[in-house]
Amino acid sequence: MSTLQSNTRRDFLKKISLTGGGLMLGFKWFSAHAEMPAILNAADPVVVPAFNSYLSIATDGTVNIFSPNPELGQNIMTSFAQIVAEELDADWTKVRVTQAPLDTQKYERQLTGGSGAIPHSWMRLRKAGASARYLLLNAAAQRWGVPATECTADSGFIIHKPSGKKFSYGELATDAAKIEMPKEVPLKDRKDFKLIGKPIRNIKNKDIATGKPIFGLDYQREGMVHAMVQRPPAFGTKIKSIDSEAVKKQPGIIDVVKFQQNVAIVGRSTWEIMKAKKLLKVEYEKDGNIESTKDHDALFTTLMDAPNATVQRKDGDVAAAFQSAAKIIKNEYQCPFLPHSPLEPMNFFAHVRPDGIELVGPTQTPQRAREAVSKLLGVPEDKITVDITRLGGGFGRRLKFDYVLEAAELSSIIKKPVKVIWSREDDMMGGSYRPAVRYRFEAALDASGNLTGYKLRGVGINAGNNTRQDNFPVGAIPNVLIETVDHVSPITTGAWRAPITNFLAFAEQTFLDEVAEAAGKDPVAFRLELLDKARKSPVGKITYDIERFDTVIRQVAEKAGWGKKPGVFQGFSVYFSHASYVGQVCEVAMKDGKPAVQKIYAVSDCGQVINMSGALQQVRGAVVDGYGHAMFGKLSFKEGKAEQNNFNTYRLIRMKEIPEVDASFVDNGKDPTGLGEPALPPTGGAVANAIYKATGKRLKRQPFLEEPLFAKMQKTEES
Amino acid sequence: MPVYKLNINGKIRSVDVAADTPLLWVLRDHLQLPGTKFGCGIGQCGACTIHYDGVAVRSCVMPVSSVRDAKITTIEGLSENGDHPVQLAWDEVDVAQCGYCQAGQIMTAAALLKKTPKPTLEQVENAMHGNICRCGAYHRIREAVLEAAKKTKP
Ligand code: FES
Ligand code: FES
Repeated sequence: MSTLQSNTRRDFLKKISLTGGGLMLGFKWFSAHAEMPAILNAADPVVVPAFNSYLSIATDGTVNIFSPNPELGQNIMTSFAQIVAEELDADWTKVRVTQAPLDTQKYERQLTGGSGAIPHSWMRLRKAGASARYLLLNAAAQRWGVPATECTADSGFIIHKPSGKKFSYGELATDAAKIEMPKEVPLKDRKDFKLIGKPIRNIKNKDIATGKPIFGLDYQREGMVHAMVQRPPAFGTKIKSIDSEAVKKQPGIIDVVKFQQNVAIVGRSTWEIMKAKKLLKVEYEKDGNIESTKDHDALFTTLMDAPNATVQRKDGDVAAAFQSAAKIIKNEYQCPFLPHSPLEPMNFFAHVRPDGIELVGPTQTPQRAREAVSKLLGVPEDKITVDITRLGGGFGRRLKFDYVLEAAELSSIIKKPVKVIWSREDDMMGGSYRPAVRYRFEAALDASGNLTGYKLRGVGINAGNNTRQDNFPVGAIPNVLIETVDHVSPITTGAWRAPITNFLAFAEQTFLDEVAEAAGKDPVAFRLELLDKARKSPVGKITYDIERFDTVIRQVAEKAGWGKKPGVFQGFSVYFSHASYVGQVCEVAMKDGKPAVQKIYAVSDCGQVINMSGALQQVRGAVVDGYGHAMFGKLSFKEGKAEQNNFNTYRLIRMKEIPEVDASFVDNGKDPTGLGEPALPPTGGAVANAIYKATGKRLKRQPFLEEPLFAKMQKTEES
Repeated sequence: MPVYKLNINGKIRSVDVAADTPLLWVLRDHLQLPGTKFGCGIGQCGACTIHYDGVAVRSCVMPVSSVRDAKITTIEGLSENGDHPVQLAWDEVDVAQCGYCQAGQIMTAAALLKKTPKPTLEQVENAMHGNICRCGAYHRIREAVLEAAKKTKP
């Protein structure tokens, strides 16, 4: 058994006596410091002062766990509870999970993004469960008057081994609250895990399958009005004049309000507002660069040779390596902007009252949203509450809080509780996209096919540093230059699932494929050889674990029968992101002269898998997402305005287009790392590399559908 | 505004709304039945799927005036206790990610199985192709429909 060492200074939070029975543990689950629970004696969690987060056990044995991080489909509510329940030896059928509201006193990192919640909370949650188990076990031992060592916990009961007597957790909860906390609590060995790693069904399945009002869009409040907002349709414009006379006369319209560059139509129902909005006349004028996708293409070409690049990494002497190269390979790759398109459009409820502000809705980042509202309206944060509803997808879009600010500002103007909702068109045209980027990769090979020089220049639009300069294959190559140029544009961008790497990985992995071919090497052997170089003669800073990288490569090659399936065209790709390693092999078959993506094998090393069912979903979903967007996703601009505004013009992958996905995991028992994003980046590259094998054509731009290979096919089909 | 009497989940409900109000918004805003979801508003995503006399339709593009005396079923009325074979299969197969599309997926699947209790894989895919799942839960959606078919008595 591994043992938790406690830190006595901080272990014991305040002990608070409350009326009623039951056991309540308060501890900073998400704090970096106070790890150990305080003991509270309570029947009603609500009455506990707000300095901690809670796990409570009621006298009927119900274990209630508050889940602080926003749930957007990563299944965090189930996974968090599983970890606590594992160490607690709880009866899973008695576990209930509730979404906690924003509370910076109780929780740290109350955020969904960066695939970071599980790694951050892993030990904290285990300790929470183990501490509660210790108290229950000792309460039982005291009652029986036997040594605690004779007792064991199992599925919601403490059992006295010699006699077989047992008490349920509910029966012990009140007494357990009186036991003194230990200095250290033992944690389980992973071989004893009963819940962690198992496929446990989503704890909210029933609410979802019966249509319970759990999403932000479903939120209703007595006296609430609805609103939709007309935002500038083109980036780089501002309001010149507004004519809202016709709108105001429409049935159900309460008010038309201008604030910032927005015109809000306030009404009593959504449809009345949608209809009236069509009558709103707003004239816009230029307020910055008005950009089109066409201009961006030309701009990228200029920036590729611009002198003012930011150097992100430099190893050795690249110029010399390229001068003495036996072979040089050079290629460019480009991707368009992408909207996030979570299926639940943006929405938020706000009620700005004289005494404080209430915010309710779907957000990945409640804390930053509150800070921003506080700043905007000059109301102190402790007067603002944020309730987090379930998110109908996020993909990074809800890391922005523009839509929260809008709702709050509007409520402060109209002095009413209001829910602002976005239409799909608003959502797709309203900004915060995956940035458009172009990469140029160059490789120098010596006469024996060794990769001696490597250059990458990334140019992007509001993309910041669009490289991951310390990631593989850097570290294995003696001479490296990685640089970026960013163009500042009025078109807003933001984090999109697996930010930057969602396209960078495609470009890099297809490029490496080409380099391997030029070096006369098998793509898998070539990558392993590079890793071996990083192992034996590392160059500069290396951020990845060479052995874990090596293992996923070998494991996925083995699983997919790499090189052993005659007649099947295979493509390889592997990527490290969010502290996890994912290798993929794509299989393509030619059908009626066309390449058809059949199957993708994915082997992931995310350390200990928490929920096997959820983990498989994350990987399959990420592969479908990565493939779908690589194939079809494109948001283009004409004079500052998005040319696609709904799912009739913006194509999302659908059921008949998905490949089979064979997902599996490296079982190494390491502490868990992220899984919400890491399986997405490798997919585009695996697909493109397999398509190359099948057709001899390299795909270099996304969406693939617009590449000559597919464009030609589509034309023939149409004619 | 005209008053419409609608037969929804076995109950007659009256609403006083404009004739062109899509059934989706009648359900969500006027009848407190928000289980039917808004995803696109143009009949493209299937999040708003309901049953119109047992047939799956997009409520976002169906004006309330065209409903007449049709029997409308929403996700809230698919079963009394959430135990329709499709709902049970959705839990068993553990389909949902964010869950937002799932009411629409379930309604589409339930309508398919009503008409075709033992569908082939191809029939399942054809029926479900109109429903977008942005989270990409398609593999399990497909599996769950087939699983539900096993539970459905023809
Ligand atoms: S909301 Fe009706 S099909 Fe999308
Ligand atoms: S589960 Fe999120 S859209 Fe389908």
